[in-house]
Amino acid sequence: MAARNPVREWPAAPIAAAALASRSPSLPVHPALHQLLPDGLRRGSTVSVTGSLSLLLALIADASAEGAWCVLVDLPNGSATRLGAEAARDFGIDLARLPVVPATRESWTNVVGALLDAFDIVAARAPARLADGELRRLGARARSRQSVLVPFLAGGRWPMADLRLTAQPGEWAGIGDGHGRLARRRMQVGVEGRGQAVRSREVTLWLPGEQGRVELDEPAASVVELSDVRRTG
Amino acid sequence: MVTGTLPRIATVWCPDWPVVAVSGVTDAELPDASVALDLPIAVLAAGQIVACSRGARGVGVRRGMRKREAQARCPDLVVMSRDEAVEARCFEPAIRAVEEVVSGVEVIRPGLLLVAARGPARHLGGEAALAAALRAAVHRSVPEVSVGIADGAFAAEQAARRDAVVPAGSSGPFLADLPIGTLDCFGDSALVDVLRRLGIWTLGGFAALPARDVAARFGLAGAWAHRQAGGRDSRPVVVRDPPVDCSVTVELEPPVDRVDVIAFSARSAVETFIANLSARALACACVELEVTSERGERASRRWRASGVLSASDVIDRIRWQIEGWLHGSSDVSRVTAAISRLRIVPIETVPSGTHQQALWGGDGEAGERARRALARVQTMLGFDGVLAPAVVGGRDPAQRTQLLPWGEERTQSRRADEPWPGRLPAPAPSVVLDPPAPIDLLDAGERPVVVGERGAVLRPPCRLDLRRDSPVAVMSWAGPWPADERWWDPRSAVRVVRMQVVDERGRAYLVAGTMGVGGADAQWCLEGIYD
Repeated sequence: MAARNPVREWPAAPIAAAALASRSPSLPVHPALHQLLPDGLRRGSTVSVTGSLSLLLALIADASAEGAWCVLVDLPNGSATRLGAEAARDFGIDLARLPVVPATRESWTNVVGALLDAFDIVAARAPARLADGELRRLGARARSRQSVLVPFLAGGRWPMADLRLTAQPGEWAGIGDGHGRLARRRMQVGVEGRGQAVRSREVTLWLPGEQGRVELDEPAASVVELSDVRRTG
Repeated sequence: MVTGTLPRIATVWCPDWPVVAVSGVTDAELPDASVALDLPIAVLAAGQIVACSRGARGVGVRRGMRKREAQARCPDLVVMSRDEAVEARCFEPAIRAVEEVVSGVEVIRPGLLLVAARGPARHLGGEAALAAALRAAVHRSVPEVSVGIADGAFAAEQAARRDAVVPAGSSGPFLADLPIGTLDCFGDSALVDVLRRLGIWTLGGFAALPARDVAARFGLAGAWAHRQAGGRDSRPVVVRDPPVDCSVTVELEPPVDRVDVIAFSARSAVETFIANLSARALACACVELEVTSERGERASRRWRASGVLSASDVIDRIRWQIEGWLHGSSDVSRVTAAISRLRIVPIETVPSGTHQQALWGGDGEAGERARRALARVQTMLGFDGVLAPAVVGGRDPAQRTQLLPWGEERTQSRRADEPWPGRLPAPAPSVVLDPPAPIDLLDAGERPVVVGERGAVLRPPCRLDLRRDSPVAVMSWAGPWPADERWWDPRSAVRVVRMQVVDERGRAYLVAGTMGVGGADAQWCLEGIYD
């Protein structure tokens, strides 16, 4: 019965527990993503991203700017490619709190696990072959440490993600046949969730928009889309 | 712990020091020095207000606010980013002024220092006279200063915030009426939160709790805060004389006169220093830094922390101190030449394990935890297994991204905010390739696309072969933009052009082509992907 007595349990980690309780339950996202993630990035959840690294950067940007520690693991991918620091900064990420782990090789699980213990957001390229048990264990670790795990899916898979964000192939504006320049890209981004809690929906985003940040495309069109969803679902 | 045994401590506190330092009003001869502090100014670090001027406080700006929140309260708020080097440099004259009055100065951070009060007070004829002497000395270089004298460092710091001399033995009653939030200065807001929810609003209320129950509920750190609140203990725990052989010396050969280089060279020595201490189950609470210049000048200073000093804390103090000595005003500078030796001596140590590092971390618990996790990952993957990205100056995207091993000092080589003619406008590619990967950019006739001497594409691109999977059709393209580099040197001059191409799947690429003389031997490579 001693274990049930709260007075006995407290000295173990009283301050850490109080700190956890006093933290806000979710991390902020850019207003353009509010239709996809009305509550922001919920601490302890797993949110997978498919199709665009820019979408991932836009997703973590506001949390980073508000002081959260984020880390990128195995992103973009492999040896010769690197994160474009300028693009990340333009999305609003604070590079001082964005370490990058470029190549984990065999120790992917250990590295991601160690980072989940300490970081607010861990964004990692999901490896091609990983047992469901491993994925589930990492998800549980994110939940118990109250951090957000963001697997980036390109070849890999993550069937037990709480939310799945998927970017369709984009459409670039500003560039023609031998004239203009890349200015901004329009992208359909969809969200799906596990269970009944999340209704699937899709929005059109400028990713990146004029200033390199994410913007919502024509709010009016999105409203129509929402009512469509309501009618069909 | 008997109250009477606590040392009398005098604390000199310069209010809003980060603001005073960055706003450049440290010259007290400026007639408008204190007027400037009436303007709304705030200093920002990691997205949070860390200090604000009197004027800003008057309209409701507070420490710990987000920038947006502060600007909502005061739209004409001047927001500056924190510059610790400037803070240290501007504080140096004040430290020297105090050293002229008393010896044994211990600096806690730029803007706050303490001295033992008993001896000097006897010499100057009373504690009020000592306070007046300190105030007069510092006031020459700092527009606003307040001095407090009390039993123990914590009470003295609180006395300085109220510009008061607390008589010996009455520090407990003095602290009793202060709000519980005063403990926030240890970075332990979680403890304060819990106490508030328990209905404890003053330090006196906290101090009245039985010490044993506080230790059981809040652990050692809570017990220490409890002793502080009662004015019973100035030090974390029993102080031990440090073992002599724990000091370390860094020889700089050749001598160095740059702060960042010295701090970088000292890094491994400082880590050895902390590791040696922790191998003896000790942590450092007060450290003396002694430097010798190549002309044989020697200077030293003591630094004290409110908790214990971590390796990065010691590095910070090395940086602050050398910044102050090398770049301070020249007439009073004690070090006039490059530095050839740096010695780190532990002055006061405490048994380690009694402090949770997170409670005293520089930028909060989260940052300290993140750094520890990264150190762990570095032991798995090697030092360069964790990189820190930054934007630096340059023309092509790969040049503008700099990735250095996490924890390595960044030397500002190329500044990003200078004009870099010829660079591409935003958006920047989210993926850069370094080195660029060779690809084929082909025209309708399956030949490489050639850009002529006059900067025009002779035959438009039609297919793109990334040499990874099958070639794709080019749907739209822009450019070419010339990026002639080193055109003045005929041997290394190459004609480089950049183009943006979008393929049939809507993916955009930045490609660069190298043209030989007369447009022959065109070679293309992939520099960036707009993923």
